[in-house]
Amino acid sequence: MCITCGCGTDEAHIVKDDHGHNHPEHHHHGHNHSHSHGNDHPHVQDRLLHLEKDVLHENALLAERNRGYFDAKQIFAINLVSSPGSGKTMLLERTLNDLKEDFSFYVIEGDQQTSLDADRIKATGTKAIQINTGKGCHLDAHMVLHAVQQLKPEENSVLFIENVGNLVCPSMFDLGENQRVVIMSVTEGDDKPIKYPDMFHTSCACIINKTDLLPYVPFDMDKAVENAKKVNPKLQIFQVSCTTGDGMDNWYHWLKEQVQRLQSA
Amino acid sequence: MHELSIVLHIIDIAENEAQKAGAATISEIELAIGKLSTIEPAAFDFAWKQGVKNSMLEQAGRITNYIDGKGRCNLCETEFLMETLHQPCPECGEFFSEILEGKELQIKSLRIEEKIKN
Ligand SMILES: Nc1nc2c(ncn2[C@@H]2O[C@H](COP(=O)(O)OP(=O)(O)OP(=O)(O)O)[C@@H](O)[C@H]2O)c(=O)[nH]1
Ligand SMILES: [Mg+2]
Ligand SMILES: [Zn+2]
Repeated sequence: MCITCGCGTDEAHIVKDDHGHNHPEHHHHGHNHSHSHGNDHPHVQDRLLHLEKDVLHENALLAERNRGYFDAKQIFAINLVSSPGSGKTMLLERTLNDLKEDFSFYVIEGDQQTSLDADRIKATGTKAIQINTGKGCHLDAHMVLHAVQQLKPEENSVLFIENVGNLVCPSMFDLGENQRVVIMSVTEGDDKPIKYPDMFHTSCACIINKTDLLPYVPFDMDKAVENAKKVNPKLQIFQVSCTTGDGMDNWYHWLKEQVQRLQSA
Repeated sequence: MHELSIVLHIIDIAENEAQKAGAATISEIELAIGKLSTIEPAAFDFAWKQGVKNSMLEQAGRITNYIDGKGRCNLCETEFLMETLHQPCPECGEFFSEILEGKELQIKSLRIEEKIKN
């Protein structure tokens, strides 16, 4: 049980680095409450508790807390989601390098194991923190809350949260972000949006990456865009190659617009 | 497998509520799960078996009500049965619709057995 937030996490922990302290109290879990089967209390009474309680209620509360913090500091927070290997980290590396004059960036990296992605981000000169989720297949608002407490993003900054590579589970967990951005790559097939509709439904922008590989793979771009729009007609779509830099300008333009809108509100 | 993580959340809430109410055991739990909530029933059943071991829900009966998806077209306001998130309005073919039902993920009730002090 986390004292700050009153909720439990499975086995996620923030990876310790030079100037951070981790929270070993979060390693716990396992439900081993023992209950004796009453030999000495024969009088039991049956009672129905009407709860009507959302299973993800705690997460929703903590997400609102994160959102409040971001609002107060005018931090633009993006939850970046995709299947494993679609290019989330590479999109960040390029974006951080290209826009380092325009914004002050912070990155939270979520992976089941290793701090390889955080190391890649730090190599760009950006402050980053790694969360390892262990067996957990998604970040939740509680993990982000603690990561933010350590990262201490300054006012008017842009915070990228790279979620664990997974197109299903992270869709259910609000982190308190301003915007959710989903990446798919052309090697994954043009039917991704209708196979994993929730993620595309809950995102506001979709980046179709690895367009440099289009000559080599059977990927119908029109079909992909059509599928994405079926699931979410409001989706903004960007076609990019993080390797060549092709199409990145449109994404940067959108990002700048979004940040301006938030910070002038 | 987010179903397991959902099961663990359910156990946390149920145990917490049962303990607050002074329950000795939980005999039954009733859930409402929307068909558009990304929970796969088979995966959920499997996760349940694994997850409830050694918890207060290990012996509890489970009633799971799966709620149909219901959408309302943003253009013509027709309400319709929504089986997928990319289903067009049956009247006008529009994809832009609002989800009214089917996203539920709720604990409806718990049946507990209380200790009675003599
Ligand atoms: N050809 C090509 N390869 C790319 C492009 N973007 C990323 N890659 C490659 O795709 C692989 C995965 O990229 P990452 O950025 O690590 O992907 P990720 O989504 O962060 O992966 P996880 O964090 O493991 O989920 C790497 O080998 C990249 O070099 C691209 O635009 N074109
Ligand atoms: Mg990555
Ligand atoms: Zn209609």
